[in-house]
Amino acid sequence: MTRSYSTVACRGCDLLQRIPVLQPGGKARCGRCNQTLAAHPAHTLDRSLALAIAAAILIVIANVMPLMSLSVAGRTATTTLAGGAYEMWLQGSEVTAAIVAFCAVIAPAGYVLSMLMVLLAVRRTPAPQWAGTLVRWAESLRPWSMNEVLLLGVLVALTKIAELATVIPGIGMYAVGTLVFLLPWLASTFDPGAVWDRIAWAAGESR
Amino acid sequence: MGGRGIAVSVERAAASAGLVACHLCGLVARPVSRAAPGHCPRCGEHLAWRHEHSLQRTWAFLIAAAILYVPANALPVLTTNTLTSSESDTIMSGVVYLYTSGSWPLALIVLVASVMIPLGKIIALGYVLVSVQMRSATSNRQRTRLYRTVEFIGRWSMLDVFVDTFIVALVQLSPLMSVAPGPGVVYFMAVVVLTMFAAMSFDPRLIWDAARKTTPTLAPLAAPGGGALVPRGGPSEPGEDRDGIRA
Repeated sequence: MTRSYSTVACRGCDLLQRIPVLQPGGKARCGRCNQTLAAHPAHTLDRSLALAIAAAILIVIANVMPLMSLSVAGRTATTTLAGGAYEMWLQGSEVTAAIVAFCAVIAPAGYVLSMLMVLLAVRRTPAPQWAGTLVRWAESLRPWSMNEVLLLGVLVALTKIAELATVIPGIGMYAVGTLVFLLPWLASTFDPGAVWDRIAWAAGESR
Repeated sequence: MGGRGIAVSVERAAASAGLVACHLCGLVARPVSRAAPGHCPRCGEHLAWRHEHSLQRTWAFLIAAAILYVPANALPVLTTNTLTSSESDTIMSGVVYLYTSGSWPLALIVLVASVMIPLGKIIALGYVLVSVQMRSATSNRQRTRLYRTVEFIGRWSMLDVFVDTFIVALVQLSPLMSVAPGPGVVYFMAVVVLTMFAAMSFDPRLIWDAARKTTPTLAPLAAPGGGALVPRGGPSEPGEDRDGIRA
């Protein structure tokens, strides 16, 4: 970077501000509304890539392995993440099933997949334009990726059912539990500024 | 970890200086036309001075959520069928069940996430919207913080939907015992999704625009210095630095 200051407009209150080039690990906040203006995570994009790969593996495990199983009077029932949504669908609550599937399966998987592809694409500069499109997808999917809410929901469900039957947590549950920590970690190491610096400009300019 | 950077404020809103920040990549651009800002030169995102029809959309989502909040709480979310009986549970009776069965911490979590947070979100967003429309210029920071809390906390209301889903998924041991979703689940989920949409539609910059008494798109291009356009906090914000510099 050659400039010592860059001009930003706060997303929270639109105040124009000049911020100095940040030290690794540094963060600039808006002087007026305290919104984070820019952050320069101390890690390289490689760290984010490593986390994204780990998250992708865990997402596969979380979706394939049983989340939990229940046994009562010699009968057992097992469910996976998608299985929960599917049972909701069978029971006639299709809209709920679709939203649950979106928040529990599609959004987290889409988020991690987008991040993975972005991080792979920016290893080569200039990165193609579609990497920017994927950043947008990742940003819009993130609020709907509800792993932590899901995990708490499963725990409450377990407590409710535990009165009636024996409930055994499955491998999928541990995978979801790990993702609860891994996804915010991935988000905090991700440096969108570094990504945008590497992506070719839409208007065809070069930096 | 490293220290914070120092943000040097130039004391005016980007919009009043004819600048707009791309909401995707953050690039500050100077659009040629005020009426049609066009697209971000870096990432190609559609540029807008403020979220389009922010207040109307937020109100629409919020009112819809407030209406659906009633059936969401009144209708049963789960119906339990056993050999001898059939029993329906609303969200509130689910909380009571958790409490009486001895797990009061979980009862509290569900009560907060399912009953208090949705209601709190509707009230908080409604308050922020009304205050923006009344062009309130006081307690901007508190209102911004309130909005951010609503935005951050909103997803947790989805808790009960997940609880119901996995109870339904597991307890299918007919004829011994089976659980079916009730009509309340859909309404409840709609409340959560609509309030999330409402929070996303709202543009927090509107809170700060009010201080200028003009809408950003109509604000004239200010002369350098722009002293008249400095958004001042009201008397309730003595902490606002005159020069806007904060270490």
